[in-house]
Amino acid sequence: MSALLDVEDLRVTFPTRVGLVEAVRGVSFSLGRERLGIVGESGSGKSQTGRAIMGLTPPQARISAKTLSFDGIDLLAASPRERRALRGNRIAMILQDPKYSLDPVMSIGRQIVETLRTHEKVSKAEARERALAMLEAVQIRDPKRVFDLHPHEVSGGMGQRAMIAMMLIAGPEMMIADEPTSALDVTVQLEVLGILDRLVSQRGMGLIFISHDLRLVSSFCDRVLVMYAGKVVEQLKASELSQAQHPYTRGLLNCMPRIDADRHPLPVLDRKPEWAA
Amino acid sequence: MTSAISVDRLEVIFDRFRALKGVSLDVQPGESFGLVGESGSGKSTLLRAIVGLAPVASGGIAVNGKTLGPRRDKAFYREVQMVFQDPYGSLHPRQTVDRLLQEPLAIHGFADSEKRIERALDEVGLGKGFRFRYAHQLSGGQRQRVAIARALILEPSILLLDEPTSALDASVQAEVLNLLEEVRRRRKLTFLMVSHDLAIITHMCERLMVMQNGGTVENLAASDLVERRVTKDYTRNLLRASDGFVRV
Repeated sequence: MSALLDVEDLRVTFPTRVGLVEAVRGVSFSLGRERLGIVGESGSGKSQTGRAIMGLTPPQARISAKTLSFDGIDLLAASPRERRALRGNRIAMILQDPKYSLDPVMSIGRQIVETLRTHEKVSKAEARERALAMLEAVQIRDPKRVFDLHPHEVSGGMGQRAMIAMMLIAGPEMMIADEPTSALDVTVQLEVLGILDRLVSQRGMGLIFISHDLRLVSSFCDRVLVMYAGKVVEQLKASELSQAQHPYTRGLLNCMPRIDADRHPLPVLDRKPEWAA
Repeated sequence: MTSAISVDRLEVIFDRFRALKGVSLDVQPGESFGLVGESGSGKSTLLRAIVGLAPVASGGIAVNGKTLGPRRDKAFYREVQMVFQDPYGSLHPRQTVDRLLQEPLAIHGFADSEKRIERALDEVGLGKGFRFRYAHQLSGGQRQRVAIARALILEPSILLLDEPTSALDASVQAEVLNLLEEVRRRRKLTFLMVSHDLAIITHMCERLMVMQNGGTVENLAASDLVERRVTKDYTRNLLRASDGFVRV
């Protein structure tokens, strides 16, 4: 199986007043048509990794990599125009909070149609039909009504479904989901994950699922990368999470309260400087 | 024995929206009681109504046997303090930690503020070095420790906790939960804690109430959750959701 995405020695550096800060320090992995989880705490560089692949790194930051290629296209050499053609069309991204990532002054339907018409030549009527079908595919019960609503008129779960619909409408081959369910209630979380799961497997997409929640990621993905201080400290199969070797991974797993385990006090992470080395 | 907190058929109405629809609960002194539910269930509104931050339409609230009127007096805040969800929003950005901790002491006329501030910082595991820093110089976990220190500095007997760890990383969450348990044990505090996370509530509380749409779904003991003895579908769904994603 040829890889959809190849990342080798990816580095993202931000200039700050106190000098250069490396947010991502040499991350390498490849992605086929599978689900890959990237887990880490805030500041571990997981989101910056996703954004660098998507081409959404702020302009002042520097990106370097030995390889950063999507389906044979060298992303670092690609022009902004070529990157734009990929974004939303072949590579899509779902962001954390629909409240902030949907356009507040545009109806949900128009936003979905806009994505589609940016990448494909379709008539207005056909675009509307496809947007409605897509809203139905993300299990929105009354797509005709939701089509005309503005983002503030829908719940978080509904907004996130609308975003998934918008991201999937152009039929991307790869999707990056950055904390797609963290802003949602637990019960809604599972529904949204269920929809994402079904669509990703039906369409045979590659998925990068970025999250701080190690257990959630391992229940959803095939493979998990654990990041700490800008580096991948461990890479393992989701099914073998319980055999994690790195103390950071084990610490992350242990420090969460569990319903069926009575542990007082909770074990805490004892961060070792050599993990970041 | 009089209850530490007793809420009787409490109604909270914002304009015409009924945020709480006749909720009752009883928390014994020294107990840790949890409120669980999704957003909009009214769990935070209940805490805010107790401290006087939400418009109570009807029903009664009593703290340590004393029925509360529409206004809270100073003596009330000596007994009841609250820790808020967002450590980034609940600390004054232009005040040092020292100034933040000084405030409640000045309001309540404590003379030995010097000693109390040192002790409060020490108690939450922040050394003297943090005393003259600003909130933006602290991490999320450190900020929440300052918020806890500010709540504890008046030596209240009841602490209301509104999602105290949901803005924190998992490893930092464990540290803050441990800290809360430790101060509760040491000071024999009563906790009323809100969370959307069943695992946190079972870890921290002996009894809990599940809420939905401003009403009570059911009252449970933490052990009921561990043994999965729940009667309502809604609670069952919450339990299932906390197990993580299962592919169908």
